[in-house]
Amino acid sequence: MVSLSVLIHLALTFGLLSLLAVGGGTAVLAEMQEVLHQQFQITPDRFLEVYSVGQLAPGPNMTMVTIFGFQLAGIQGALLVGLAFFLPSSVLCFWIGRLWNYIGETPWRRAVQNALEPISIGLMCSGVYAVGKSALDGPLTIALAMTAFMGVMYTRINPVYVILGIGGLGAAIKYWQPGLL
Amino acid sequence: MNEPAEPIPPPSLWDIFLEFLLIGAISFGGGIVAYQKILLTEKRRWLNDDEFMACLAISQTMPGLNAVNIAVLTGDRLRGVLGALAAAIGLLLPGVTFVLVAGILYLKNTDHHLANLLLAGVAAAATGLLSAITYRLGHRQFNHFKSLLIVFASFYLMSIMKLSLPMVLLIMVPISLLLFRPKAPKASKVSKA
Repeated sequence: MVSLSVLIHLALTFGLLSLLAVGGGTAVLAEMQEVLHQQFQITPDRFLEVYSVGQLAPGPNMTMVTIFGFQLAGIQGALLVGLAFFLPSSVLCFWIGRLWNYIGETPWRRAVQNALEPISIGLMCSGVYAVGKSALDGPLTIALAMTAFMGVMYTRINPVYVILGIGGLGAAIKYWQPGLL
Repeated sequence: MNEPAEPIPPPSLWDIFLEFLLIGAISFGGGIVAYQKILLTEKRRWLNDDEFMACLAISQTMPGLNAVNIAVLTGDRLRGVLGALAAAIGLLLPGVTFVLVAGILYLKNTDHHLANLLLAGVAAAATGLLSAITYRLGHRQFNHFKSLLIVFASFYLMSIMKLSLPMVLLIMVPISLLLFRPKAPKASKVSKA
């Protein structure tokens, strides 16, 4: 049986991440990896595996947070983490949305968005850095990442095929030629 | 019937749930907002372009995933708080089901050499994808000194100084707001065209 204190800790952790996710989920990736490592003993490698499962999922890939909940506290943990991560930001957005209907567009909304955009881009760079530091461990993975980057930047192929194709290619190379690269 | 100003009757909660369930199930590979735009404004006509852009703007300003925020705002517009709930649950349900089934299989199964190899490849590819998305969203910022400074400072505090995210935001949000505050009487265009 999972102790209540673990559940509360999980809820508070993901609830806070929810409210800090300016500009979307990627902005909190680095922080999430760090907190899960420090406070819940989830290694960066495990974090990366779960993150990769999320990449293959339909819809928002941040639904992968529920896997951490499941790992730490079973189905109840998955539900709790899902609620904690998606509810606070949604409730906030709901009320601000209603408020906006009364106030209307102001120069400050634009200013707030302009101010938050570069911060969230910086935090996204931190997310890339955090994921890349564990994901790129040699010439092969670096080559795969660069191919994916080009595939997404310069073709119109659906990114999920890029991810699956390149992920599969990487797995095949490592499976048949484990010594290579 | 005697309200010609309201051409389309508001959809039922079930309709809202199903529409977002569809979006949540078919929007593979990110870009969910694009699916929402097409399905909500063109196929369903639940929102016009202006309304959608207003929802998107609020979604981008508020914390949380843009796609989820858009679902909440659209649902609220159509059917109030229950509509918001139906839309958000519909959007997230397919993904949550997928990751839980995949995650449980993965955690329960002890021998997953091949799965590990695939996930390692996916992780590498995802790093490339994430860089591409960051670049696409951010390339405008990279051309302006003011924005670039904020981008770099946020990254530096988070990844190099290893400050916690609340601390980074506590430092960066006031600075950035000050730099990007609305200009009084003679407004000039800020960063975005």
